[in-house]
Amino acid sequence: MGYTSVVCVKQVPDTKRITGNAMREDGTVNRAALPAIFNPEDRNALEAALRVRDEHGGTVTVVTMGLPSACDVLREALERGADRCILITDRRAAASDTLATSYILSCAVGKLKPDLVFCGRQAIDGDTAQVGPQLAEKLGFTLMTYMEELALEGREARVTRNIGNGRETALARLPALFTVMESANEMRPAAMRKIMKFKKARAPMEIANSVKTALGVSATPEALAAETSRRTEELAARGLLIDQWNLDDIGARLEWCGGAGSPTRVNRVQSVVLAGGDYREFEPTQASIGQLVAELVQDHTIG
Amino acid sequence: MEDLNRKGEILIFAEQDNGVLSEVPLELLSKGRELADTLKVPLACVLVGDKVGGLARKLIQHGADTVYVADDPRLKDYQTASYARVVGDLITERRPQICIFGATPMGRDLAPTVASAQRCGLTADCTDLQIGNYTDPATKEEQTSLLLQIRPAFGGNIIATIVNPYNWPQMATVREGVMRMSSADPQRQGRVVEAAVNLDGMDLPVRVLSRVTRARTVNLKAARIIVAGGAGVGSRENFQLIRDLAGVLGAAVGASRAAVDLGFIDNDHQIGQTGTTVRPALYIACGISGAVQHCAGMQESAKILAINSDRDAPIFGIAHYGIVGDLNEVLPMLIKAIRGGASIGQAVAQHAEPKA
Repeated sequence: MGYTSVVCVKQVPDTKRITGNAMREDGTVNRAALPAIFNPEDRNALEAALRVRDEHGGTVTVVTMGLPSACDVLREALERGADRCILITDRRAAASDTLATSYILSCAVGKLKPDLVFCGRQAIDGDTAQVGPQLAEKLGFTLMTYMEELALEGREARVTRNIGNGRETALARLPALFTVMESANEMRPAAMRKIMKFKKARAPMEIANSVKTALGVSATPEALAAETSRRTEELAARGLLIDQWNLDDIGARLEWCGGAGSPTRVNRVQSVVLAGGDYREFEPTQASIGQLVAELVQDHTIG
Repeated sequence: MEDLNRKGEILIFAEQDNGVLSEVPLELLSKGRELADTLKVPLACVLVGDKVGGLARKLIQHGADTVYVADDPRLKDYQTASYARVVGDLITERRPQICIFGATPMGRDLAPTVASAQRCGLTADCTDLQIGNYTDPATKEEQTSLLLQIRPAFGGNIIATIVNPYNWPQMATVREGVMRMSSADPQRQGRVVEAAVNLDGMDLPVRVLSRVTRARTVNLKAARIIVAGGAGVGSRENFQLIRDLAGVLGAAVGASRAAVDLGFIDNDHQIGQTGTTVRPALYIACGISGAVQHCAGMQESAKILAINSDRDAPIFGIAHYGIVGDLNEVLPMLIKAIRGGASIGQAVAQHAEPKA
């Protein structure tokens, strides 16, 4: 019994905390200058999946696509209660737009044969809200965007959606994909016991990197490989291994991945320079403000 | 490279809700007309629903040459699968070179689904569309007359221009309110064409049980004057000052995302990249620092008055008038000046205070 759920999450730069030095002179973004965070609405997606498991049983697997540093959000997901985490990482997936990303995710998620897929409504770096719907289309799952409430009965989901100017309640057939709103719930806190346990969880690529550091430049490839596999087995035995899949593991067609699989091209990027017109300052006094108002009345801006 | 249909029309999704045409397709028609005239191709709309054929006339008056109507009782309620099927079939049949959707909750659900099935690119939330050329940086090959899809990204800190050079149609969603709606021409002629509805044997996966919608409590887009408050207002109670100033001016009340996030006011009032885009005659920003995400939604206002205690707040960079000071002191002075101002000001004040 229970439902097999997959949650797709993304590690994003914290675009709300952008400061001057995050933007380079040429208008591109210096990602290194921004803290990387768990995309806010993906937290709500994770919580929605955990609540389904609380009520009905089943499993929650969290999937992310990105560099090994994205394991930070996977560790956080384990701390909150995810059963299993998978990092999809592959150089050949770089420069994927939403179409290629949703294709790659569909290959990985499809392997897990879920009943339910949860995505945050949108990520704060792109704000496109496209990957969820496109993933549903590729999986052939029923799409339920903007989810706020969910109740499951058998192979049917009763969903309340926030449709902007109101709410819609609908019955959706499983398997289904939900994009979850910030207003749906609040992610549960992590238990201290789980934080202590899962802060040690690692993906194979992270293990290999730390072995390289530990053994130094003089270590032979054989020694590195032996130590990496020893540590990997040890973590796996303790349930602390983050699965790592590349494009071959998920059987993705390479021509549909990365830049080659992305129909959109960035033609030009400009940093936003907000140009003001003539600027005049008025003192915060009754007389000065009266003068401003008189001018606005005079030129018919007011009245 | 795939065969590109350069004679293909421009297709706009004509969103309607319960038989009422949304404003956004009319906004898209004015921009679509401009693009179609540049490319010398027809401008078309696709109207999907149940008994919605009567709405075609209005679309033609606003610039459509052709309106494809997919009319079927099974299309009464929007659901992704049925609408994506009908729109996708029309795209496959007509091979438009450009498809534009409103970046509404419905458009942001439908467009990515259609784009995924068509395996074409899609740019979300565009704030401008132009026709222009693109040179592939790898091959140095130049392509002419592509759709330049311009959108803010990275929390509004950058403006990116996106193109879809190889997989057409070129698809984009466009934010509500950013394109200016042109007026209707009652004399304008166009064609109404029945679109195929291939839903037989399709077991629709969603059954809508109820829909509760409410009219927006505030019409920011139509307001001539907007008084907006930000985090600097300090509390939900203190937002009354913003309402008071709006009251004496007959203005609409707006808010920054920060003010909405802090619970000072509900998100119907939100202005900015993730809210409504406005261009009033006068925009009074009170206690708004001027994050790029906010400015993206109001910087085209004819006049901007910024009131902020922080002289270095970025909002002053786009303002025409500035008052550096505590809004708790400045706003009462401003209200007093407007009430005691010219005769027009008094008339407005009486309107705002029925007791007087």
